[in-house]
Amino acid sequence: MITDIQTFFRELANSGINLTIFYDAFDFERFITGLGNTVLLILASTFFSIIIGAIGTAILTSGRAFPGFLVRSYVALFRNTPLIVQMYFFYFAIGSIMPVGQNELGLPEPLLGSFSWAVISLSLYAGAFNVETFRAGVGAVHGSYEEAAFALGYNRRQAFFAVTVPLALRFSFASLSNNLVDLTKATTVAYAVGVAELLYVSNQIWSDSLNTIEMMNVMLVIYLVLTGAVVFIINRVEAVMRLPGFGLGDNQ
Amino acid sequence: MINLKALALAACVAFISTAASAQSLECGDDTLCRVKAAGTLKIGTKDDYVPWSYRASDGSFMGMEVDIGKKIADGLGVKAEFVKVTSANRFEFLAQGQIDLMIASASDTADRRKIVSFVHPNYYSSGYSVLLPKTIKATEWKQISGQTVCAVQGAWYNKPAQQEFGVKILAFAGTAETEAAMKQGRCIGLLEDDNQINVRLSKEQWADYQMPLPVMAETPWGMAVRHDDQFSPFGYFVAGMVAQMHRDGTLLKLEADNGIKNSAYLIKMHEALKDHIN
Repeated sequence: MITDIQTFFRELANSGINLTIFYDAFDFERFITGLGNTVLLILASTFFSIIIGAIGTAILTSGRAFPGFLVRSYVALFRNTPLIVQMYFFYFAIGSIMPVGQNELGLPEPLLGSFSWAVISLSLYAGAFNVETFRAGVGAVHGSYEEAAFALGYNRRQAFFAVTVPLALRFSFASLSNNLVDLTKATTVAYAVGVAELLYVSNQIWSDSLNTIEMMNVMLVIYLVLTGAVVFIINRVEAVMRLPGFGLGDNQ
Repeated sequence: MINLKALALAACVAFISTAASAQSLECGDDTLCRVKAAGTLKIGTKDDYVPWSYRASDGSFMGMEVDIGKKIADGLGVKAEFVKVTSANRFEFLAQGQIDLMIASASDTADRRKIVSFVHPNYYSSGYSVLLPKTIKATEWKQISGQTVCAVQGAWYNKPAQQEFGVKILAFAGTAETEAAMKQGRCIGLLEDDNQINVRLSKEQWADYQMPLPVMAETPWGMAVRHDDQFSPFGYFVAGMVAQMHRDGTLLKLEADNGIKNSAYLIKMHEALKDHIN
């Protein structure tokens, strides 16, 4: 079966479409590693960016002045600078003043590698957008819901977590799915700090085999599938959490 | 009234564009004719490869490859226009016509000949090795197997170094990033071609480094033209210029002028082609 596939793609290569990743074991391995790293980047950064977004929104809506100022400064800083600049800043500037360990040869070795810095950078970047998304979601919940909760004997905190948050989350889905699609595409920037993700390995493969056009098409298809999967998952979650008779999700 | 104006405008535009393209149209597929008509030769070169091709403080291109490019343009009686290319995009730039000649430290390999045509004789040669700090006592490639080395994305030796010696590659877009990463300890050394390492070692800042591992896969560098240009007046002209520069020692002189120790390859080529009468 595998040899059949390899033979097919070797013959295809002779006719001008050179997809080395399907018949060259070394390229296949590199490509799968790249795909794995991209998926890991997406999962880890999505997870942390949502947490950052939730915490940021909780602070903003709590109404405390100084913490609110810090969150707004963070959002302004990360929304208004290019991701690649942030990535370089973390990896080369912050990375150089971090404590270092030692490897088995006795040479200094940084504690955080490329991958960790990429996750940190991507999470903070997407987190800034998520703060705004969730804040808008909270803002969209009409004050009367909170008042109704107060009337039923909830205190501020209980009303926020039991009434406002669940409704705000439902208002946030459309914008959140935008942010996460954007994050999925933004993982390619990690190639700048040497994370062996899809763009990095594809770049190396097309430099070795000079099959640029084929690899670019492969990447296009794969990112289409990845963003499709992200949107699909969010739509499923949205459907499961749908409240009959409430909000925009009702007609879908 | 409006229609008349529009008609006049359209006629004007059509006239100007015809006049501009007439010269290049007459040349057809003849690149030499097109270059002479345009008065500029577009040469693709890197801008981060000191001292072969890099940028001066005013942004203009400098280096040995740039000097070679200028000599070729002089020979044609046109102006040299340098276009920045990278290891990862240079062949596409040439194939798609953004440049007509590529002098970008490209090794002449069988795979690459499928995409572009290399001009012969080759103008330079190099292999690959690793720049290591003197604290690392390795003299064989197998001793650094499993270690991480920094490299530039798209370099041809990244794959063989991984496959044959089991080193791990951490690749960046340019040489400046690889240096920064090595100095931060993200890799033990720099995987580079031996010429580049020799140039580094001649400088004070790299005094604590050395090139202890044998140089692998000695491969000649070639200038490249499009397939259509290989056996055309343009291809023959460039080939002739390269042969002449080997013969009269121009390449040796340019190498020395750019602060590079005369390489074994250029000395050998000069010996083979030099004038037998003097």
